[in-house]
Amino acid sequence: MGIKTLKPQTRSTIITYAIVIAAFLVVTVLDGLGFISNSLSGQLVPICAYVSLAVSLNLVVGVSGELSLGHAGFMSVGAFTGVVVAGCLARMGIDNELMLFAGSAVVGAIVAGIIGFLVGIPVMRLRGDYLAIVTLAFGEIIKNLLNNFYIGVDDAGLHFSMTDSSSLGMTQGTILINGPKGAVGIDKISTFALGILLVLITVAVVLNLMHSRDGRAIMAVRDNRIAAESVGVNTTKYRLMAFTVASALAGAAGVLYAMNYSTITPSQFDFNQSILILVYVVLGGMGNIWGSIVSAAFLTVLPEVLRPINQYRMLLYAIVLILVMVVPHLKIYQRAADALRRRFGRGEADDATESVATEGGEADA
Amino acid sequence: MPKLFSDFAKARRENTRMVPVPSQALIPDRDIYASPVLECVHLGIDFGGLKAVDDFNLTIGKTEIAGLIGPNGAGKTTVFNLLTKVYTPTRGTIMVDGHDTAGLDPARVNRLGVARTFQNIRLFNTLTVEENVMVGLHNQHHCGMATSILRLPHHWKSERYYHERALELLDIFDMTGLADHEAGSLPYGAQRRLEIVRALATNPKLLLLDEPAAGMNPSETAELMENIVKIRDEFQIAIMLIEHDMNLVMNICEGICVLNFGKIIAKGTPEDIQQNDAVVEAYLGKQKKEVA
Repeated sequence: MGIKTLKPQTRSTIITYAIVIAAFLVVTVLDGLGFISNSLSGQLVPICAYVSLAVSLNLVVGVSGELSLGHAGFMSVGAFTGVVVAGCLARMGIDNELMLFAGSAVVGAIVAGIIGFLVGIPVMRLRGDYLAIVTLAFGEIIKNLLNNFYIGVDDAGLHFSMTDSSSLGMTQGTILINGPKGAVGIDKISTFALGILLVLITVAVVLNLMHSRDGRAIMAVRDNRIAAESVGVNTTKYRLMAFTVASALAGAAGVLYAMNYSTITPSQFDFNQSILILVYVVLGGMGNIWGSIVSAAFLTVLPEVLRPINQYRMLLYAIVLILVMVVPHLKIYQRAADALRRRFGRGEADDATESVATEGGEADA
Repeated sequence: MPKLFSDFAKARRENTRMVPVPSQALIPDRDIYASPVLECVHLGIDFGGLKAVDDFNLTIGKTEIAGLIGPNGAGKTTVFNLLTKVYTPTRGTIMVDGHDTAGLDPARVNRLGVARTFQNIRLFNTLTVEENVMVGLHNQHHCGMATSILRLPHHWKSERYYHERALELLDIFDMTGLADHEAGSLPYGAQRRLEIVRALATNPKLLLLDEPAAGMNPSETAELMENIVKIRDEFQIAIMLIEHDMNLVMNICEGICVLNFGKIIAKGTPEDIQQNDAVVEAYLGKQKKEVA
C-alpha cells in the first residue's frame, strides 16, 4: 500500500511522527559534526518545550475550538511543581537524572492537569470571547499566586508559606521556590533527547485522542454543538476533557522548560508567553498538529538566527509574522498553490472530494 | 380473556403506560394495545408574551409514521425543539417511552431514544461522512479516554465496531462510497440523507425529521419516501416528520397533526385532514360567503 492510497488521516499522522524523528536525527548529526552554534544548541530544549506547548494548545484551540489565553499558567504550574519534586527527590538521595526528570515531569503533568480540570469547571460554562477572557484571567491568577509561594525542603519535609522565606522556619535545607525571585539553583537535567521524547509523547497523546471515540466527540462539539448534543454527546464533558489533557501536557512541557535553566521566575509565564504559544498554533493551522510543530520550531529558532543583525531582529521577526499571516490569503498565492496541487496531485481522496463538490454546484470555476 | 384485558395486565406487569383516555393519538384505534413512544400533555412554550406553542397534546405509537404540518411560522420546528429539549417547555409534560423528560438536557433526551435532523442542516462539516455516523454511534459502544490514548486492544475492537456499524448504516442510503469524504463537501441531498443516518446511529425509538425533502427533486423525494418507510419497517421505530411536500405527507404518514399559530387545529388520518375545513382555511384562507 503506497502512501497515496492511505486515508488522509493516517497519512497526516505518519508525516507528523516523521517530521519529529527526522528533525532529531538531522540535528543530532549536525551537532556531532559541529555545525550547530552554541547559541542555537542552547535553544534545542526550549524548542522542544514550545513544540509540546503548541501541540497541546492546539488540542484546545484547534481540536476543541475554544480560544484559551492562559496556557502559560498551566506551563508554570508544571514548571514549579517539577522544581519542587526534583528538589524533594534529590534530597531523598535519588541522583539518576532520568529518574529525576521522569518523576518531576509526571507529577508536574498530573498537578497541572488537576489545576486545569478545576479551572475548566467554571470556564467551560462560557463560550467564545468570554471563555478567552476568563482563561486569560486564570493565567494571571496562577502567575500572581506563584509570586507569593515560598516552598522549602529540609530533613523534616516540605515547608510552605505565603508570606516570606524566613517564615518557612527552616534552619538547614534548601529553599526551592522563593516568591517573586522564583526557583534558583535548579539542576539542569533537561536534554535534547528528553525533549524530543516529550514531544513524541505529546504528539502521540494528542493524535491518539483525536482519532478515537472521545476525540471525534470533541471535534463534533467544535463543528456543531447543537448537533453533537442531539446525538447524545455530553458537550461540557468533552470540552473539559480537551482542556484538562492540554493542561497536563503543558505542565510536562513546563517541567522540561524549567529544567533547562538554573533560574525561573513566575513573571516569565505571563500573558505574552500565552500569546506566543497561541501564535505558533494559529500559524501552524488550527487542528493541524504537524503545522504546530513546524511553526513552533521555526519561530523559536528565528530570533536566534537573526541575532547577527541584532538591532533589527525583533523588527524582522514581526515582519515575518505578519507576512505568514497575510500571504496565504493573497489571491496570487492561492492560485499558485492550486496549480502546484493540480500538477503534483495529492492522491485520489482529494480529487474525489473535489468532484463531489463540483457536483453540488459549488466549485465550477 | 379478551385481548384488551390481557394487554392491560401485561402493561401493568411491565409497568408501562397505556394510551391515555381520551386518546390523543393521531390514529386512536391503531396503537391502543401498545404503550406509546411519545406522549405530550398540555405542552407549551412562551417567548416573551407570545405563546409560540400552546396546549399541544399528542401521542405517537411505537411504529407510527406521523406528520406535523402547518403554515409557515405555525411553530412546527419549535415543537421539535421542545421534544428534544433544545428549548425548555414553559408548561406541560413530555413522556418518552414512559419516562418523563423534565429537567433533562438534549443529550440525555437522545439517550432516552429521541433522535432528530435539522431544518438547516447541521453536520460535523470537517469530519468525514463515516466519522459523522461514528459520532452518532457515540453511546452505542464505549471506549475510555485512557484506553484510546494508550491504544489498548479494546480501542481497536471499538474502532472496528464503529467502522463496521457505520458502513452498515450508510448502506441504507447507498452512501458507503462516500464514507471518506468530508461531510461539508457533499451535495445538498446527500447531506440531508447523512443527517438521517447519523440520527439513526443513535438507536432511537422516535426519529424526528425536520423537512427531510426540502430542496430535493421529485425523483429524490420518491426515493426518500421509500427509504422512510423502509427505515420504519426495518428498525421498528416511530417517525415524526415536518414537511411542506403534501405529496410526501399524504402518501407515507399514517397520522397527521396540523398546527396553526402554535395550536393543534386538526388531527387524524390523511383522508380526515384533506377534508377538514379548519385545515383548508389555515392554508388557503377563509372562503368568502358570496362565492359559496
